[in-house]
Amino acid sequence: MRVTDTWYLVVGALLFTIGAAGVMLRRNVVVILMCIELMLNAANLSFVTFARRLDDVTGQVAVFFVLVVAAAEVAVGLAIIVAIFRQRRAGATADDISLLRG
Amino acid sequence: MVELALFAVAGVVTLGGAVGVVLSRNPVHAALHLVAVLVAVAVFFVVQDAPLLAAVQVIVYASAVVVLFLFVIMLLGVDRAETLEEPLRLQRPVALAVAVGLAIEVVLLGGHTWTTGASGRQGTLSGGDPAVLAENLFTRYLWPFEVLAVLLVVAVVGGVALARRSGERLGTDDVEGPGGAPAKEPGAGTATAGEAGT
Repeated sequence: MRVTDTWYLVVGALLFTIGAAGVMLRRNVVVILMCIELMLNAANLSFVTFARRLDDVTGQVAVFFVLVVAAAEVAVGLAIIVAIFRQRRAGATADDISLLRG
Repeated sequence: MVELALFAVAGVVTLGGAVGVVLSRNPVHAALHLVAVLVAVAVFFVVQDAPLLAAVQVIVYASAVVVLFLFVIMLLGVDRAETLEEPLRLQRPVALAVAVGLAIEVVLLGGHTWTTGASGRQGTLSGGDPAVLAENLFTRYLWPFEVLAVLLVVAVVGGVALARRSGERLGTDDVEGPGGAPAKEPGAGTATAGEAGT
């Protein structure tokens, strides 16, 4: 049995869905951020798959850019989380950031 | 045959690890599951002619980003099991329904040629040679690359500005400004000073 590109795309789609479900299901902000990382990785997997299928290096360049944006997102997101926990003390969940004004 | 075995192992680790991230009660366990997912995705990269991206994935993601996650978890002291109870009554079923709908949507969109059939510059991958990737990154995509450098600097500065304790050294601060909980803060005076500053 030969592994086709579609298999990788299916794994990417499932990974994206699991990440999206985690963002909606979990209440811990740190875990929500990890689920966003899952979704970004699913996108990266699809990019690499299409880069090979279409024999186009642009897909792999795009993965580089996604990696950098993900790193920036983690830095800012974790800084926001630290700031929230400093205000609300322990046990802060996503509900504590339901207002933009805090 | 080798590719099939690699695909099976990496696929099981990827999806199992992803479910583990979502269902772990302890955030530390979720972070460790995330490492498994990231390494398995790196295996996918190796199989699919992207060795450089696999290395970057392991170095940047599986090490740096996850260590950052663990560092923040330990710093905040949330490294203990938490209840997975959901106070909102309809949140769970609605979230699962939306997730299933999203999966169907992804498959439908991905299966259509009007979203995936377009091809840019065919024949430029050359077997995943890192030199070709680097050449494209520094010639054709130099401008986005430089913009990303600016983005990283902005993100670092923003992270420092957000995480800095208010009024510690540099005077006014925007984190614990209006609407914060100054009463709970030990340094209530500095919080109100920040409020006055904004």
